[in-house]
Amino acid sequence: MPHNLIIIGSGPAGWTAAIYAARAELKPVLFEGPEPGGQLMTTTEVENFPGFPKGILGSELMANMREQAKRFGTEIISDNVTAVDFSARPFKVTAGTNVHEANSVIISTGATARRLGLESEKALYGKGVSACATCDGFFFKGKQVIVVGGGDAAMEEACFLTRFADKVTIVHRRAEFKASKIMQERALANPKIQVIWNSAVEEILGVDIGHVTGVKLKDTVTGETRDMAIDGVFAAIGHEPTTALFKNILDLDEKGYIKTAPDSTCTSIQGVFAAGDVQDAKYRQAISAAGSGCMAAIEAERFLA
Amino acid sequence: MEHEFTDQNFQNEVLKSKVPVLVDFWAPWCGPCRSMAPIIEELANEIGEDKLKIGKCNVDENSAVAGQFNVMSIPTFLVFQNGKVVEQFVGSVQKVAVKDKLARFIS
Repeated sequence: MPHNLIIIGSGPAGWTAAIYAARAELKPVLFEGPEPGGQLMTTTEVENFPGFPKGILGSELMANMREQAKRFGTEIISDNVTAVDFSARPFKVTAGTNVHEANSVIISTGATARRLGLESEKALYGKGVSACATCDGFFFKGKQVIVVGGGDAAMEEACFLTRFADKVTIVHRRAEFKASKIMQERALANPKIQVIWNSAVEEILGVDIGHVTGVKLKDTVTGETRDMAIDGVFAAIGHEPTTALFKNILDLDEKGYIKTAPDSTCTSIQGVFAAGDVQDAKYRQAISAAGSGCMAAIEAERFLA
Repeated sequence: MEHEFTDQNFQNEVLKSKVPVLVDFWAPWCGPCRSMAPIIEELANEIGEDKLKIGKCNVDENSAVAGQFNVMSIPTFLVFQNGKVVEQFVGSVQKVAVKDKLARFIS
């Protein structure tokens, strides 16, 4: 017997879809994927999710959503989906060697943080290169770190890291930030934060020693390079939708986001819905992801009726 | 059963252990650590202690050990055998992948 609904991904969109679908007695099955809880698991305090006037830890918010989805009977599978077949119904969703069938699917695989894309970055991951400021800031007590980027995430990480590091340098490839005014002001007013404008990280130094010792910076205007001694490197340079599984299966836009019909979560295949950051290059908020997860569950319910 | 390793007992419980030991370096503020916690606990219950000892080490309370083994990112997982690090991995990992990494110690 195929399932009514499989949900792929466990961020705010996935859990909200699960809560709605489970309450509608669809007995949804949710695959948590490689990073359970999604991007909020690596943020600090979430201050803009309605209902939490004092803010809530990202990881706590996600634990709450999971518990709520479970309470109404969501079947949670802690595994990665490795392939999908949407060519006929029931749809097939493969996780490792297990093939699951479902009459409808909600994709909420979200987006993942973009990396600098350097070999030295890979080699030094966990050795001074970090993908999670909230997890690893602690290890940079009294040290000096850089944050690469110019958006809200870069400002937030830089501010957070000043709790531990002596000095935080934001390295940005342009002459101005694109972060919101409030976040920029917060960062620029912090005496521990300085900014290096018009610069990009060309290489992370220290591969031979086994931990980060510095970076090679390139001036994006003059092309000049220089070395800078540093203990830690954090990158906050945007996100990419997690859609590799759906290439050539669903219609994607030029940036790789899943295309959905206007005012809807319907994808190019009937019965397959997409919610959250995986289809949203514009808002990318926890609350908008949750909202579209709700829409997807209601649309799936109507589709199955 | 899952063990708790500290600055005080690390020498005896981990470095001098007769069987290999998997240590989960974590902290309460770390989201990915929290999502790994149930997986590590399950493995600790599934794998016999005569083959592999499994436990966690809170880096917040035990900074000496974390520093000694250059833990700079959490969760970090280190496998010790005869007092030496013989396997390490960092970040959120699926249960099957953890099992794969431990396979050579528990066969």
